[in-house]
Amino acid sequence: MLRSLALWFENRLHLVKVFEATAGHKVPPSTNSWFYVFGSGTLLCFVLQIITGICLALVYVPSASEAWPSLQYLNNQQFLGAFLRAVHNWGSIFMVAIMSLHLVQTFLFGAYKYPRELTWVSGCILFLCTLGMAFTGQVLRFDQDAYWGLGIGASIMGRVPFIGAQLVHFMLAGSIIAGETLSRFFTMHVFVVPGMIIALLSLHLRLVLTKGINEYPKPGRIVSKESYENEYEEAIKKTGVPFVPNVIGKDLIFSAFLVVAIVTCALVFGPAGPNGPPNPTLIHTAPKPDFYFLPVYAILALLPAYMETFLLLVAPVVGIAILILLPFYSGTGEKSFRRRPMAVVVVVLAFLTAGILAYLGTFAPWSPHMEAWSGAPTPVEYIKGRSGLELQGALLIQGKQCRNCHSLNGEGGQRGPALDTVATRLTHDQLIRQVIQGSGNMPAYGKNLSPAEVSALVAFMDTLRPSHQPPARDSTEPLRLPSKDLQAAR
Amino acid sequence: MSDNNQKSDCGCKKVALAEKTPVQPVSRRNALLKLGAGLNALAGLLMGVPVFGYVLSTFSKKSPRTWVSLGPLNRFSEGNTRLAVFRNPVTKPWDGDTIEVPCWVRRVEGEKFQVFAINCTHLGCPVRWFQQSRLFMCPCHGGVFYEDGSHASGPPPRGLFEYQHKVDGGELKILGGNLPTLSEPT
Repeated sequence: MLRSLALWFENRLHLVKVFEATAGHKVPPSTNSWFYVFGSGTLLCFVLQIITGICLALVYVPSASEAWPSLQYLNNQQFLGAFLRAVHNWGSIFMVAIMSLHLVQTFLFGAYKYPRELTWVSGCILFLCTLGMAFTGQVLRFDQDAYWGLGIGASIMGRVPFIGAQLVHFMLAGSIIAGETLSRFFTMHVFVVPGMIIALLSLHLRLVLTKGINEYPKPGRIVSKESYENEYEEAIKKTGVPFVPNVIGKDLIFSAFLVVAIVTCALVFGPAGPNGPPNPTLIHTAPKPDFYFLPVYAILALLPAYMETFLLLVAPVVGIAILILLPFYSGTGEKSFRRRPMAVVVVVLAFLTAGILAYLGTFAPWSPHMEAWSGAPTPVEYIKGRSGLELQGALLIQGKQCRNCHSLNGEGGQRGPALDTVATRLTHDQLIRQVIQGSGNMPAYGKNLSPAEVSALVAFMDTLRPSHQPPARDSTEPLRLPSKDLQAAR
Repeated sequence: MSDNNQKSDCGCKKVALAEKTPVQPVSRRNALLKLGAGLNALAGLLMGVPVFGYVLSTFSKKSPRTWVSLGPLNRFSEGNTRLAVFRNPVTKPWDGDTIEVPCWVRRVEGEKFQVFAINCTHLGCPVRWFQQSRLFMCPCHGGVFYEDGSHASGPPPRGLFEYQHKVDGGELKILGGNLPTLSEPT
């Protein structure tokens, strides 16, 4: 009975043929490796994002006035709403992470080389689309960070020559961030970019079937356009094994592990935000991007101002072009990363750069600590036994917001140098000059401090040195030996 | 398949006909195809132009700027800087809180004012005023501006954006309506 039913369907749908052409296609046995699980892992994350995304859209209201309350509703009242928001958030983080691993693996294994150029190109565009999803998704979490994040996006657009203003209006759907801006990003996040991803993904998978999956590269086996495809086909004929059931096992295990990891993170850490409501008049906020954009956030603080606009507008275009066009200028030759040291160096450098920038982005040493002047205490040892003038200076260091940028005893901003040992670096006169005129990243305080205040401030800073270290010395003055006792001893 | 096979098999007559068609100068099928493609190009244009027009309607340089009031002059004391809020001149019913736009008003003396946009000139984050040190500081990348809006330190490429303003009927008014950026500084 079952058998005849199966045959009935087979007769109409030709399932065996479909299976042989897709899931059951032959692959090199060397691909049965843990290095080959990241593609299917990314796909799993995407499917998870679609499912949770549809669920969230059932409740979320894409309107500037209602989005924030609807997110609160999802978090606090909707049954399992907070959980699904958390899964959607962690799904996106895992998707970007696993996709990056997939990119690195295919790069190191030379999978982009002839004849898989289009697989690489479509994959790179998929990567960009995913980052696009991450940014637009952050906007849909319509809170303070989203609002000011849009302001940052608009400010970058505004730097484009000639059509900057038009691009800003196009991005914001008007001349300010308002209701239509959110609708625009909702459309991108829910219709346009997912549509593009599904289309590109179909192409990507189709290419995996037509051009075959990249074999595990052997050092010394050179790819040439004349012989590669014949060799690949022959190898498949000789030793190829069907993807299902022979090779899919590791993918399944990894995917299951991913689901468990995402759900665990969602349960432990919960949903992301929303933080404060998107009210522009609540200006006591320090906007910060989600983790994938922390390196960008960091580099925008660290670039020299004169090259900033140029790098902001040109570097991404050049970088993306170098990435996408990779198979067209490095399409043949050695595949194995063991014989491609520069490829390994590039990957290590890229990870180090992104990692260090993201790490710096987590505590943003370039940002003033807005509350340090009123909140951070003056260390007791810095005021013990000090004169009235010096104590007045200690008060001024707080009152004039110096500590928003300068730390004492590890508390305060890191924009400027810590002041704990400033007297060993700058002489009395240098301190006066620095306070009044400023220099480098320090504003000039000459207009905002009376002469009496300057002398109090500097008197206090003159005391800021460890007892065993001498104060800074003016190099134009004759050398004075530390003490008379020493001279007497001689 | 050889010609002999085709002729001997009645079922293949259509195939034989189809193979002949390319040789004919203008077949009916060809003409219909061309007509169909042409009509569809026209239909695509008919639909595509309005769709592009709709989507690109915001791709314009114009910002609807109008004079909006920040309140009576006595709200701002001389020699001080304070936050003021105005409603964006163009609103939609679903804008929510986003139509309330903040700005910094500095009353230098008498009727001499400076009105600064809240947005840092670096990347648009909201700058904060510190009365004691008379500085504006930005929380994002550490831009700092002096009391008169000029650049003091950090990455911003210029001083704070300033709104055009006037004193009208005992009220301070500014020309508002756009998010200030480097290519459209208020």
